Amino acid sequence: MSNQNNSTGTPRVKQGMAEMLKGGVIMDVIDAKQARIAEDAGAVAVMALERVPADIRKDGGVARMSDPDMIDEIINTVSIPVMAKARIGHIVEAQVLQSLGVDYIDESEVLTPADEANHIDKRQFTVPFVCGATNLGEALRRINEGAAMIRSKGEAGTGNVVEAVRHMRTIRGDIARLQGMDKEELYTAAKNLQAPYELVAQVAQLGKLPVVLFTAGGIATPADAALMMQLGADGVFVGSGIFKSGDPAQRAKAIVEATTNFDDPSVIARVSRSLGEAMVGINIDTLPDSERFAGRGW
Amino acid sequence: MLRVGVLAIQGDVREHINSLNSLNVAVQKVRSPEELKTVNALIIPGGESTTISMLAQRFGLLEPLRAFVKEGFAVYGSCAGMIMLADEILDGKADQETIGGLDITVRRNAFGRQVDSFETDIQIKDFQEPLRAVFIRAPWVERVGNNVEVLASFKTEKLEEHPVMVRQGSLLATAFHPELTKDNRVHEYFVQMAKSVSIVN
Repeated sequence: MSNQNNSTGTPRVKQGMAEMLKGGVIMDVIDAKQARIAEDAGAVAVMALERVPADIRKDGGVARMSDPDMIDEIINTVSIPVMAKARIGHIVEAQVLQSLGVDYIDESEVLTPADEANHIDKRQFTVPFVCGATNLGEALRRINEGAAMIRSKGEAGTGNVVEAVRHMRTIRGDIARLQGMDKEELYTAAKNLQAPYELVAQVAQLGKLPVVLFTAGGIATPADAALMMQLGADGVFVGSGIFKSGDPAQRAKAIVEATTNFDDPSVIARVSRSLGEAMVGINIDTLPDSERFAGRGW
Repeated sequence: MLRVGVLAIQGDVREHINSLNSLNVAVQKVRSPEELKTVNALIIPGGESTTISMLAQRFGLLEPLRAFVKEGFAVYGSCAGMIMLADEILDGKADQETIGGLDITVRRNAFGRQVDSFETDIQIKDFQEPLRAVFIRAPWVERVGNNVEVLASFKTEKLEEHPVMVRQGSLLATAFHPELTKDNRVHEYFVQMAKSVSIVN
C-alpha cells in the first residue's frame, strides 16, 4: 500500500541480517563446488575466499580479497547468503565486494592487513560487516566503527580450538565484570577497554554485546562447534576444518547438526561417528608470533 | 491454556521469544516432535529457510509439523517462516521442502540481496497506526489462493504490488520481521488469533 520512507543499510537492517544467521554454521569455500556442498549440508551462509586459512598459513605471501569472478560464480551457484573477506583497512576491497553484491563483508585478520592503524569506517557502507575480536574492548571498537556482527577470532587455519575458547571466554568474562560495576566504575572501564562509554554502558545493561556474537578460528569437529555454542556463541564460522578434512560433506553436515543440538551429547556423539580424518591441527605454542593472525587488528 | 512454541532449529528464535514474553503467554522452544506435542500454537522464526527445512527433515520434524498445521493449530511464520508455510516456492533450492498449508506462492529473496534489504512503514489491515517493517533478503507473495486474506502489501519501485502479510484460517505469515522491533502488535494479533482457534479451547 505504501512504500515511502524505505531505508537500506540501517543498523537494524545490518544487525538484523546477523540475527537471521544465529544457531547456524558459516563455511569457508573456495569454489562453486564447495559452496554447493556447504549449502547441501545446511550452512546458513558461505564465506568465499581464494585459499582457506590453513593454506594461507602454508603458502605464506600476501593474502588479499578474492577474484571477483570466483565470488560471482559462488553467488550464482547458491541461494544462501555469500560473505567475502576484505583486508583490514582496505576500503577499496570493501567497496568492490559491496558492488559485487556480497551479503556480508568480513574485515578479516586472516588476510594480510592493508592498514596497521585504522580499520574501515563501516558506517559508510550499505553492506554489513563482521569483524574479529579477542576481547570486549576490541569488539566494541569494531562495533563503534559500524560492525554489525562480531566473531571471536580464535587462531584460523590451525584446527586447534584453544584460542577460540580463550577469546570467547575473555569476551564473556569482560561482559560479566561490567555487569557487576557501579555507574561510576563504568567510565573507568570504558577508558581501560579503550571503547566508547555509551557502548560500555549498553553492554553492562544488556549483559551481552549489542550485536550477534559468532565464534571462529580452529573449529574442526562437531564437538568443537558445540563447545563454542555452550560457551555462549550465537553461531559458528568453520574455515579450514571442513574442506581440509577427509570427508567434507559428511563433516559439514555433522557440524551443522551439532551446532543446533549443542546441549545434547547424544546427538553430538551420533554425528561424530565415522567422519573420517579431521584436519591435522597445529599446536599454538609452536607458532611464532609473526604467524599468529589473532594479533592483527587494533 | 495457550502455550506458544517457537521452532528453535535456527534463526532469530530469541527475538520472537522476547516479543511473546511481553504478552504474558507461556512460551517454549521447539526442537523435537516431543516438544511440539506440548504446545498449541507455533511461531516459525526468521532464519535461513534452506537450513531450517533441511534440519526439520533430518530431525524427523517435517511430518509432525505438517500434522500440526493440518490439525488446525495456529502457526505464524516470519520471512523464512513464511517460506516454510507456503504451498509453493520460487527460487528455492531444487529439493527444498516446506511444511505447507498456506495456499500461496512465495518468491525467495524477491527483493534482492542484503544490500537491497530495507525497513519501511507499512499499513496493515485493521491496525490503526502504520508498522515499521524490516525486510531482510525477504520473500514476497506472488500468488494467493481464494481463501487467503491479504493483510498488507508492498509496492515496489516498478509499481508492482506484492502481498507481504497474509492469513488463511489459523495460519499467518509475514515477509518482514516484526520481532526485530519493539512494536509487538503482530505478535499480539497472532496471540489473539491463536486464542480464538477452537482447538485450543
